[in-house]
Amino acid sequence: MSGFTISRRTMLAGSAMLLASTAMPTLGRAQTPKKGGRLVLAADSEPRNLNPAIVASNGVFFISSKIVETLAEASFDGKDGLAPRLAVSWEGAADGLSATFKLREGVKWHDGKPFTSADVAFSALQIWKPLQNLGRTVFKDLSAVETPDARTAVFKFAKPTPFQLIRNALPALSSVVPKHLYEVGKIEDNPANIAPVGTGPFKFAEYKAGQYYRLTKNTDYWGKDEPYLDEIIYQVLPDRTSAASALEAEEIQLAAFSAVPLADLDRISKVPGLKVITKGYEGLTYQLVVEINHRRKELADLKVRQAIAHAIDKDFVVKTVFLGYAATATGPVPKNDPQFYTADVPTYAFDVAKANALLDEAGYKKGADGNRFSLKLLPAPYFNETKQFGDYLRQALAAIGIDAQLVNNDSAAHIKAVYTDHAFDLAVGPPVFRGDPAISTTILVQSGIPDGVPFSNQGGYKNDALDALITKASETLDTSARTDLYKEFQKEVAADLPLINVAEWSFISVARDTVGNIANNPRWAVSNWADTYNWADTYLES
Amino acid sequence: MNRALTLIRRRLVGSIFVLLIVVIGTFLLLEAAPGDAVDAYIVSTGGDAGMIELLRHRWGLDQSELTRLASYLWALLHLDLGQSVTFSRPIRDVILERLPNTLLLMVSATALSFGLGSALGIYAGARPGSFRDRFLSIGSLALYAVPGFWLGLVLIVIFAVDLRWLPIGGIETLASDKTGLARAADIAVHLVLPVSALGFIYLALYLRMMRAGMAEAWRQDFVLAARARGLSRRRIVLAHVARNALLPLVTMLGLQSAQMLGGSVVIESVFSVPGLGRLAQEAVAARDTPLLLGIILVSAVLVILINLLVDIAYAFLDPRVGASGVDA
Repeated sequence: MSGFTISRRTMLAGSAMLLASTAMPTLGRAQTPKKGGRLVLAADSEPRNLNPAIVASNGVFFISSKIVETLAEASFDGKDGLAPRLAVSWEGAADGLSATFKLREGVKWHDGKPFTSADVAFSALQIWKPLQNLGRTVFKDLSAVETPDARTAVFKFAKPTPFQLIRNALPALSSVVPKHLYEVGKIEDNPANIAPVGTGPFKFAEYKAGQYYRLTKNTDYWGKDEPYLDEIIYQVLPDRTSAASALEAEEIQLAAFSAVPLADLDRISKVPGLKVITKGYEGLTYQLVVEINHRRKELADLKVRQAIAHAIDKDFVVKTVFLGYAATATGPVPKNDPQFYTADVPTYAFDVAKANALLDEAGYKKGADGNRFSLKLLPAPYFNETKQFGDYLRQALAAIGIDAQLVNNDSAAHIKAVYTDHAFDLAVGPPVFRGDPAISTTILVQSGIPDGVPFSNQGGYKNDALDALITKASETLDTSARTDLYKEFQKEVAADLPLINVAEWSFISVARDTVGNIANNPRWAVSNWADTYNWADTYLES
Repeated sequence: MNRALTLIRRRLVGSIFVLLIVVIGTFLLLEAAPGDAVDAYIVSTGGDAGMIELLRHRWGLDQSELTRLASYLWALLHLDLGQSVTFSRPIRDVILERLPNTLLLMVSATALSFGLGSALGIYAGARPGSFRDRFLSIGSLALYAVPGFWLGLVLIVIFAVDLRWLPIGGIETLASDKTGLARAADIAVHLVLPVSALGFIYLALYLRMMRAGMAEAWRQDFVLAARARGLSRRRIVLAHVARNALLPLVTMLGLQSAQMLGGSVVIESVFSVPGLGRLAQEAVAARDTPLLLGIILVSAVLVILINLLVDIAYAFLDPRVGASGVDA
């Protein structure tokens, strides 16, 4: 939580807890774990492929992380921010050419077969490297996985690969699936992609399209006395307002991933028996970014980009668009990242006069109508907040004489317009920070990326110094030297503004106070929930 | 009976052309929308150029539009709706799973709006200009003006959240082992709110049509004649006025079925009912062209069938119209 200082956010959560503790006599009971019972929660989308080894995305993890486990999970207090799962220890060789994982004893797949190093080798070589959306980049130099015994897997790399990167990638990229089910037939068409089989605390039970997913307790789980819950049900609630009503009606006990819109939180936090929780998403930070098309000659001018940065009142954005549930950004790494963040970068204070002066200097004088030039602005439609920030940005640009024309698209159209057709001047995007700049951050500014790659530099930006820095960092094995290079990277990005980082935010959970052990790791919503419990007698049982 | 058969045969032949136009039109419209199924998919996953190319190839999106349309039509000729790219399942299965829910919702809502609407229309139209007539007319107009999703949300807040009399959504209790009558009762309870939300909006239409038709009928000579014969007011209203006003309502029933399908998109989302309307919305967002084509096709067949039934009913209700309808 280093540096994530948003008073309103913490205060709100604090006051919600206080309210709950005075209003709810059941809280005392809820603090002791309960064995058994069912947890019903809201799901807003229905991923068709539930194999997290192929699709490493939060929507898939939300459900499948309870079924299929990774080698390690993120942790608030573990060494290097990790807690062991299927691996109990890991070590990188000094030359960066190998990494050794010691695996857990006595782990069984849900079908009773033993889990061994062969499963890890198969998952890494046959799935993560060739098929996985993120693994294809991180594991591109993985050449072999040696399995000297059933409990040891040695990853071999063709080129030196920083172990820091591999370590940071473990929570999201290292889901292990059973070799014996995947080695026959095409991996993409395997039935276990729809009904996954793993080693996790819960087994996949059934999926009724449009209605629910049901997971049941794995009685053979390796974790002692875990899991606590007998059953988890994800109720599909596609409407934005359903989750809040369902919580109030006690039909569900949990809505994660901000299924309850920010605007409803104030009201819902006052409902007796419900609590608003802002913790548990520290490892899933989203960044509010203004993407810039450098092919526009005005925008290729650094002074213009600086002017735009000065025109944005970040505090206002955090207060108004995010209702306080966010933090202002300084650069391409979020403030709450414990390893890489540096505050020592050029900053752009909100200053309309300075912005106007910069634009005058750049030679873009105001015309008779008060406008200097006009731009096409495409806010990403995936979040309410990205759309609302688009509206704000249009006004902020108007104040400095830039006339922004808003173009609103749905998701598929936006992706195509920005990342394939480059039919934008400015776009508002929400890239995710995945714990290491090499996973999905440097790609936002690096040059030479083919057209059509989403959430990458498609703005035609090219900066040789920055490219060299990125390459060097990707080859640097020493952890502290590598970290320093990424600090350098943040400085350079903040100085040259290939894009403008405005704010950082994450999700919010709302839960009944009968639910316990929520938010106890930085990726809680996408972790295995082995120790989560629920005291509520659900509506369904009654 | 012969008349009805001829009507059915002619209609079916005509329908094939209608369906073809619907399919090709929908295909072209969806192709014109920017972005394809892969663009929609990578929103939640990201991925590099190689992965995107792989996906386009696997989903057949690297072929030209014409090739895809031709192969779709060819498969359709063999009654094969194809494979959904987002569900990775045969489209027929995906649609069959949802169709009963939408049908149940539509039939119940139509029964509610038609039944209650025409009954109230008769009640209002029996005494044109009376207080009850005005009250019902204004009340129904107010309901008609209310957006469906808003009515749905209000019903949820009152009956599911505050009073907790009824479930908030879904088609049945999740993961329950109910069977037979218990399950039917469970589904009925879940349908109360969505059927009300969908049905009440169209209720006004039937009420007002019935009322207007009756006002018209009151001025007809046969009503005067009935009066002259000394029939009771009750008998005049039911047997003469209302019966004559009923015919246009039956036509409306057919036309309304298409609108009802459209309305169910919103209601199904608000009440989390796993039906065709919600599926169609998801298919558009995912740019799942074959799935959307399948849904539109099934909906079109449904609307054609309903209108055919209405026409047959009409032919039996009113011999004059029936005969000319066939000859036309």
